[in-house]
Amino acid sequence: MKYKDYYAILGVKRDASADDIRKAYRKLAQKYHPDVSKDPQGEEKFKEVAEAYQTLKDPEKRQAYDALGTAHASGEQFRPPPGWGERYGEPPNEGQFSFDDVDLSDLFESLSRGQRGQRGGARAKRAVRGEDFEVAVRLTLEQAFHGTQLDLRVALPEYDDKGALHAVEKTIKARIPKGATDGQRLRLRGQGGKGFNGGAAGDLYLDISLAPHAIFRASGHDLYLDLALAPWEAALGATVEIPTLAGAVNLKVPAGTAAGARLRLGGRGLPRPEGTPGDLYAVAQIVNPTVLTERERELYRELAQASRFEPRGHLAKGSA
Amino acid sequence: MNTGTEAAFWMDTRTRLTLGEIAESCGISESVVQELVEYGALTPSGGRPSEWVFGAECVMSVRKAARLCNDLELETSAMALVVSFLERIHELEAQVRRLRSQAGGGF
Repeated sequence: MKYKDYYAILGVKRDASADDIRKAYRKLAQKYHPDVSKDPQGEEKFKEVAEAYQTLKDPEKRQAYDALGTAHASGEQFRPPPGWGERYGEPPNEGQFSFDDVDLSDLFESLSRGQRGQRGGARAKRAVRGEDFEVAVRLTLEQAFHGTQLDLRVALPEYDDKGALHAVEKTIKARIPKGATDGQRLRLRGQGGKGFNGGAAGDLYLDISLAPHAIFRASGHDLYLDLALAPWEAALGATVEIPTLAGAVNLKVPAGTAAGARLRLGGRGLPRPEGTPGDLYAVAQIVNPTVLTERERELYRELAQASRFEPRGHLAKGSA
Repeated sequence: MNTGTEAAFWMDTRTRLTLGEIAESCGISESVVQELVEYGALTPSGGRPSEWVFGAECVMSVRKAARLCNDLELETSAMALVVSFLERIHELEAQVRRLRSQAGGGF
């Protein structure tokens, strides 16, 4: 069994008061809690800190931990001193038990099981519902549009028959109905942790996000795409072919289309599970050829002279 | 291990949950759900607790808040606050995504 210095993990002295221990734990827990921490190692660190706190916050467990002695370095292999087990409770898996293949936290977990047993009589065989888990799922726009079937590879913690915790790899086939969009959540009933003593299995929650797409941007169930137009197309109007998730369609660009104008194609967005699908918006962008031929330059010059258009007329009025 | 294909349920306003169902989904007791309603973090439709109906969109925020408050030993009033903030963050993130999509141009 490897020794862990719970005091060092929490950054407190061995004679720290219960209050100091609680404060140290809360500070570290806020820093590393997987629900708030951006640290990729946050979850590991939080588990370590929580394990240390679970033992040191309980006066009986803390006493038992202190009785292991102070002569060990963190990570060093050690065995509890003779008589420790009899004094502080029975080790787990009585009989063929060996201290070598057990984790320090299991030792204290078994201690609290022992305490509960003594106080509450025989351990009740109460049905316990399995734990729920959450996984992040990234879909392509095409998958969201058509609906898809995914093989989700998840590693869920499970207890074996001896009560030891293992990460069990599972492949769950999940049918994602069409109509998913960014930020939505789905629940797969009964695909979470196993229940105990006849309790129902927990659920698996899927946190959906959409992968960036080369052409479309999703906004809820609406889609946006940038529609590049030549100046004369924007000025004169044009019929242009644009892609949609269901294949290309023709879009009529009205004459006098300004940059930033949104041209709406109703019902060409992402489908909704119920009701009408979202829309597709083509956002007009006016682009110029990077290289002009002599003829093009000539025509532009001619246009510049013939036109009485004042694009900055409103600025001139403002300064007057 | 292959467990066959599972159909998924949307966790949004389309899925309606009773008091018992939302407590179970969030892994908290019914009395904690009632407290969250009293603090204004959850607003079910229906008059008495036995008639309450919740939209499932809040489940993820409540679950996260419950985990945090359990691990940080916070009271239910703090949990109510965390739920409200998480809901707000979720809304704002959706808004940012919307604006980004509409603005385009690598924004």
